[in-house]
Amino acid sequence: MIKVKINGQEQSWDGDPDLPLLWFLRDEAGLTGTKFGCGQALCGACTVIIDKEAVRSCITSINDVAGREVTTIEGLHPNGDHPVQKAWRQVNVPQCGFCQAGQIMQAAALLMDNPKPSHEQIREAMSGNICRCGCYQRIENAVHLASTGV
Amino acid sequence: MNFIDNPGKLRGFEKNIRVEKVSRRSILKGLGVTGGFVLAAPVMSRQAFAYETGAGKMPHGVVVDPRVFVAVAPDGTVTILAHRAEMGTGVRTSLPLIVAEEMEADWSRVKVEQAHGDEVKFGNQDTDGSRSTRHYLIPMRQIGASARTMLEQAAAKRWGVPATEVKAVNHEVVHSASGRKLGFGELAADAAKESVPSIEGLKLKDPKDFRYLGKGQIGIVDLHDITTGKAGYGADVRLPGMKYAVIARPPVTGGKLVSFDPDAALKVPGVEKVMQVRGWPWPSKFQPLGGVAVIARNTGAAIKGRDALKLTWDDGANGKYDSVAYRKELEEASRKPGLVVRQEGDADAALKGADKVVVGEYYLPHLAHVSMEPPVAVADVKGDKAEIWAPVQSPGGTREDVAKTLGIPEGNVTVNVTLLGGGFGRKSKCDFALEAALLSKELGVPVKVQWTREDDVRHDFLHTVSVERIEAGLDKSGKVIAWRHRSVAPSIASTFAAGAKHEAPFELGMGLVDMPFEITNISCENPEAAAFTRIGWFRSVSNIPRAFAVQSMVGEIAHATGRDQKETLLALIGSPRIVKPAVKDMWNYGEPFDSYPIDTARLRKVVELVAEKGEWGRQVPKGHGLGIAVHRSFVSYIATIVEVAVDEKGKLTVPRVDTAIDCGTYVNPERIASQIEGAAIMGLSLAKYGEITFKDGKVEQKNFDDFQVLRMDESPVVTNVYIVPPGPDTPPSGVGEPGVPPFAPALMNAIFAATGKRIRSLPLGKQLEA
Ligand code: FES
Ligand code: FES
Repeated sequence: MIKVKINGQEQSWDGDPDLPLLWFLRDEAGLTGTKFGCGQALCGACTVIIDKEAVRSCITSINDVAGREVTTIEGLHPNGDHPVQKAWRQVNVPQCGFCQAGQIMQAAALLMDNPKPSHEQIREAMSGNICRCGCYQRIENAVHLASTGV
Repeated sequence: MNFIDNPGKLRGFEKNIRVEKVSRRSILKGLGVTGGFVLAAPVMSRQAFAYETGAGKMPHGVVVDPRVFVAVAPDGTVTILAHRAEMGTGVRTSLPLIVAEEMEADWSRVKVEQAHGDEVKFGNQDTDGSRSTRHYLIPMRQIGASARTMLEQAAAKRWGVPATEVKAVNHEVVHSASGRKLGFGELAADAAKESVPSIEGLKLKDPKDFRYLGKGQIGIVDLHDITTGKAGYGADVRLPGMKYAVIARPPVTGGKLVSFDPDAALKVPGVEKVMQVRGWPWPSKFQPLGGVAVIARNTGAAIKGRDALKLTWDDGANGKYDSVAYRKELEEASRKPGLVVRQEGDADAALKGADKVVVGEYYLPHLAHVSMEPPVAVADVKGDKAEIWAPVQSPGGTREDVAKTLGIPEGNVTVNVTLLGGGFGRKSKCDFALEAALLSKELGVPVKVQWTREDDVRHDFLHTVSVERIEAGLDKSGKVIAWRHRSVAPSIASTFAAGAKHEAPFELGMGLVDMPFEITNISCENPEAAAFTRIGWFRSVSNIPRAFAVQSMVGEIAHATGRDQKETLLALIGSPRIVKPAVKDMWNYGEPFDSYPIDTARLRKVVELVAEKGEWGRQVPKGHGLGIAVHRSFVSYIATIVEVAVDEKGKLTVPRVDTAIDCGTYVNPERIASQIEGAAIMGLSLAKYGEITFKDGKVEQKNFDDFQVLRMDESPVVTNVYIVPPGPDTPPSGVGEPGVPPFAPALMNAIFAATGKRIRSLPLGKQLEA
């Protein structure tokens, strides 16, 4: 039996220990905010935060996170008012929105690590997250806004 | 078997051929808001617009009926239906916003509800062709105005005053003479008893009184849900007892399963069943390819199970498709005469007599849509009833196709439209929903079919592959006196009917025969090209290769004559006029030419605007270059300037993009800007990386590692968007697609300015590194 804390709640799994965390979250735990975009750590849609680090849940097995704390988009802030989320709304970032949970989690992790990133650092740190709709300019601006106070 | 009875009548294929009268079936249920607006009077479904659009010619036309689209609850909550699919353009906000504007509803008290697929009830729902605002600006205003009028009439009756003395203002009706006011909620029940006013008698608001339209201050309705992970996309649907499926499909289009061994797959923990899925012979419109499905308790198990399958396929006739060889065929075809689709003057003679002939042969490979959300659908089929939840651009078409595929009446199919995680034309084809329906029928439980990214890349309805060859003849003064453009590309028609060899009118009309330059001798030709895979609409469609070719050629002519790109472009566009190409039954994005002519004054205007705002001709550092391009598509006019920087190693960056768009009357400039910003990124993405290739009939790419799309570190540093203010009553035109086509040629013209290298073959790849 694998135990893992997700958004502060204890969850357990006694199925395939190799199951990617992404599918545990989405299909078993019903936390569908984390998205599937590629399954190969190429797009960032599935990004969650584990112990302050942005992690691609599609290539992380549930076994690898046993006993650790996972934060998903649903758990980033109780009312959805994390500075990154607020900035995202202020800048009207999303188009289709599908990549945005991953983008927001990546940005939140970036700001934990580097509260005042430069534009170059933002572009660099966010480059693992694809937005096919092409919201990059706004994502960059929103991360900057979140880092300077919303 | 094959469902094609008459390809010309098929949805999505030359849609404007199919003209249907709107059924007047009366629907009195409203939106299920109790005590709300339940209106009983008959209403006109079609009406005369201030200007004519092609909306009425779409399947099921337009429905203008406040009873269908609006409900007012006793507490004042106004519910407005969004009947088009949201894939990132903002339409789910924009159309209801138009209703709210006319109705004088307070947007903060409006709830938007997504309509399911039912075109008899809602009118056409195909969210494609950049036409939602263009077709629905006036109908949505009329719906809002009808609802407002009914509320005003109800209030006037309550107070015993003439209706002319009352006025709806921000969610209330006021009688200013007496200072009385009644909220929309208090009036809802009475308003429901009022008859629906005739459309002719409706008074629309004066645009100067608009609170929302044209302002761009309203965020999309899903903004909060998207930023908190609550927004519901196709894959987020979860039903009790639902099973998760992935499917192994034939690697070659038209291939068939020979045998499969499920044993290893069945040993994977969580896998419950392995079964064959019915496939249809190619081409069969949007019918599934068939294959083997792995059914499991979660998607991860299904994927792992599929990896363990042993499969043998018969590749069939397309097993020889090879992109390298096919390119040669296309190039050769482009060098010989083909079917003449536009002829003015005598281009042959003029080319022979020209002082100089500039020739460009431009190649654009297949492209995959790779919307961020791969195709996915949930189906629950019980007996002769089916319910679908899916991110589809064509809810009505999906309903038709599910009904046909399952052999049940259309009325027994409910299609719930989720948010779309991008669409770009891919999700106009509902094969994934049909797969889910077939599996659910077999299994008797709800089934979710999830496409992996590999499935998406390998089994897309790809953008076509094309060679566009242009020969421009110049006289001694450098004036272009002859223009021959040959376009060779497999047609989308090939997905609907076997043997389609020529491009369809709607493809020819995207930048080939509608070419707006003022040249005396013009010949546009379309040599034959066969398809060997599924071809489909990709955002902007044939406009991408056409604008790339035509606007690159402008750059080449500028170079050949030693003139400025922008001046060359304006000289080619010529005098302000309405262009009427000598083309029989020319396609104009389904719109009448009277409302949507090819207007070179507007084309010139966007060039001049972008040149001014984008500081055309500014000094740029060494290694930088500026390029410009303009293109009319989806009846909008759009011009782009790209600044590029190329370092000694051939590495390219884009410091700045400027785009001017004239899309007529608009609703939400903020979303227009976001579409254009996104189009610049998609344009750069396809120009730099976009290429799907085939070897032995199989797609050689699989995921974002080998089918790359643009990432943030290489995206333009700044993209500026300028919107041309509309003239009075200028009809609205497209926004979702027009931004893409001018980007690649502007970029290539900029690269030429920076490096002297002319790129005629996309993608750019490593060409600058050589
Ligand atoms: S789904 Fe995990 S990185 Fe793409
Ligand atoms: S908003 Fe659509 S993929 Fe990013």
